[in-house]
Amino acid sequence: MMYKVRDLKLSLPDMAHKPLIGATPRIEILKGLSFDVPKGAVLGIVGGSGSGKSTLGRAMLRLLAPTGGSICFDGTDITHLSEDQLRGMRQRFQMIFQDPMSSLNPRRRVGGIIAAPLQVQRLDGIPTRIDEALDMVGLPREFAQRYPHELSGGQRQRVGIARAIALRPDFILADEIVSGLDVSSQAQVLNLLGKLVRDLGLTLAFISHDLSVIRRLCDRVLVLHLGEIVEEGATVSLFEAPQAPYTRELLSAIPLPDPHQTWD
Amino acid sequence: MRDLRGDVKRTLGLRLWLSGGWLTILALAALCAPLLAPKDPLMQDLFLGRMPPFWMDGAEPGYLLGTDSLGRDVLSRILYGARLALIVALVAGTLTCFVGATLGLIAGYYRGWPDRIISRFVDIWMAFPPVLFAILLIAVMGTGLLSIIIAIVIIDWTRFARVIRAEAMTQGAMDYVASAQVSGQTRFSTMLTEILPNVLPTIVVLLTLEMGIAVIVEAILSFVNLSISTDSPTWGGMISEGRTSVHQAWWVLVFPLITLFLTVLSFSQLGEGLKDRFDPVLR
Amino acid sequence: MNGYLSIRNLTVRLKGGGTILRDVSLNVAAGQVHGLMGESGAGKSMIGKAVLGTLPRALDITSGQIWLDGVDLQTLPPAERRNRIGALAALIPQDPLTALNPSRRIGPQITRRLVDILGWKRQDAAKRALELLNEVHIPDAPRVMRSYPHELSGGMRQRILIASAFAAEPKLIIADEPTTALDVTVQKQILHLISEMQARHDTALLFVTHDLGVMSKVCDTLSVLYAGKVVEEANMPRFFMRPIHPYSAALLAATPTYTDPTSSLTPVPQTVVDQVEREVMEHDLRTAS
Repeated sequence: MMYKVRDLKLSLPDMAHKPLIGATPRIEILKGLSFDVPKGAVLGIVGGSGSGKSTLGRAMLRLLAPTGGSICFDGTDITHLSEDQLRGMRQRFQMIFQDPMSSLNPRRRVGGIIAAPLQVQRLDGIPTRIDEALDMVGLPREFAQRYPHELSGGQRQRVGIARAIALRPDFILADEIVSGLDVSSQAQVLNLLGKLVRDLGLTLAFISHDLSVIRRLCDRVLVLHLGEIVEEGATVSLFEAPQAPYTRELLSAIPLPDPHQTWD
Repeated sequence: MRDLRGDVKRTLGLRLWLSGGWLTILALAALCAPLLAPKDPLMQDLFLGRMPPFWMDGAEPGYLLGTDSLGRDVLSRILYGARLALIVALVAGTLTCFVGATLGLIAGYYRGWPDRIISRFVDIWMAFPPVLFAILLIAVMGTGLLSIIIAIVIIDWTRFARVIRAEAMTQGAMDYVASAQVSGQTRFSTMLTEILPNVLPTIVVLLTLEMGIAVIVEAILSFVNLSISTDSPTWGGMISEGRTSVHQAWWVLVFPLITLFLTVLSFSQLGEGLKDRFDPVLR
Repeated sequence: MNGYLSIRNLTVRLKGGGTILRDVSLNVAAGQVHGLMGESGAGKSMIGKAVLGTLPRALDITSGQIWLDGVDLQTLPPAERRNRIGALAALIPQDPLTALNPSRRIGPQITRRLVDILGWKRQDAAKRALELLNEVHIPDAPRVMRSYPHELSGGMRQRILIASAFAAEPKLIIADEPTTALDVTVQKQILHLISEMQARHDTALLFVTHDLGVMSKVCDTLSVLYAGKVVEEANMPRFFMRPIHPYSAALLAATPTYTDPTSSLTPVPQTVVDQVEREVMEHDLRTAS
């Protein structure tokens, strides 16, 4: 198993209801999640806003500290590792962010952005690795000299992908990476990601609110609602015969590009 | 798709050139004051008191901007005054910036207890009225260049700390900071390589503003006779002296005032111009 | 055909620079829903802004006419134009978070236009606001009238903005991506509500969206925009069965659907992009000469 998550709980302080004196109340965002991610799987994590899907992703990468339960990454319990202990492992699990405009430092060139994690992990042959990464995501090597704002949305998102795969990780978390893109670049990014997963033998967790995209890419799906898993299963069976009422509601709410769809 | 930002015409860096030009002239004047000044700024000549500037009737040749009530050359005094003004601007501005920005950066990025301590400190500090505070400090420390600089740093570091803290907090919430963490970068190095470059434009703007403010504070202190010794020429001191004889000899007041105004304005405009230059999106 | 809103050869330029809209013509008949489809940067929102007179300062209408209820808005003096637009048209904005003033209660915000512009009495306006909140199916309307925006969910806020748009019985509504910020389940409710309100009040609706799925649920006719140029105008069933322009067809092929996972997802091919880009360029050359 790449990931074994057991009874994962996470709560954050609720600043909106902070009393004048005394401890800040906490909101429970993840209410005890248990699931596995097998090696080589492409797991879709779907849910509406407030479902906790992004929090779950950030907890899996230990950008947030869980308040309960455990997370095992490839046999190692990473639930309570300190940032220093995690540092050596960080190369193995990477993340692609939702908004490439905010996840790419605007003051760095593309080459520098891809190189930064490589330098942190003290890898050698950095220029070659940058070129390879750009090749893999289908961007010209000259783009290493450009700034993020000089690229289109789709190209920026490819830089985000290049940065993640340049480290040759085992696992990648993709958080809503196509929700900000136009359909034309969305299709390109999805096809690219599918190809990279196959070619590099990656394990992928793909967070999205869009079931159409999930069906395209993933072989397992996890449906989150208000911090709980309401349904989990193989993509085909989940789409053909959804069990949970919330999953059915989600599916029936999707507007298909078809004027004859019954949609009441 | 298409990006139209490149089509937006931007005003050329005119203000950058004007403000930079004035400050360069001033810096040169300050450096070469002994060569440029037509007279000794301290030389008194009671027979030549309150001589008008060169284009007016009764002007004395060699005293381009006239003389004050003690017969001292106004132009020479402005030139020498620039030395003190610029030293205070550069040294006090940079020190204030360094102290305030460092604390603000730490508070805004690390949050938690460093933030709580620094922010409380800033809140308490800002409750003191700044000019009174400065006068009090000088009164305690005694007059002199060092005292002025220390007073400015002590009063004004909060300005940097507050703004930079807010800016660092905004930048800290961006995903490229999370991305640095994902790649295993330490907190400290993330602060230097990811946060600092993005708050640098704000720091530059504040720094130049602060230099202008330092010039004003120095002038205010001279005005109330708390700057360096009374006989060395300062703009604030000149304005203070000129005030008493403004009806008989307006030039004693007006010329240093114009110089002061242009200098402070140039510092703030220089900051704005540099900020645009630094922004890779606009460049 | 002359619609309630009829835009003819509208060209909008950036002051001293690029072209945002190129010769756009379209009609929205009374009581009909016309969709504006385009990817980001296609200028679809700018059409709505041009009609409502809220174009950013850097943009100018350089040629063309906007006919609203039989009058060319461009020929009116500015004050009269504003009054006319204010009385006849309204906007449902994209982002329910920023469209409501966070420091004012909901009630006055719904009827602000009634009181400030049309000179209604406060009591009448409050009564109307209650009616409207009932119409958009908000339970416990009196309580909601007294609450502040942050106390309500995104879907509720969008309902309030819809109520506010219909407050002065406008004959034209412009909806600018009204559901982009919402969850699918809420989106469905809001789209149903917009259709319901549009039918009940018999308004013309210009519906701006980038989502072909949403488009197919709401609109009667549509225009597809690329780089500020209308590349195809069609009515709804025909467009989805037989799109004429290759760019339209490519957009349809690039849209993922969960019902048909076997068909491969085709990004818009470079040849198609080249073709529309060429058409845009030819158009620019023609108008320049």
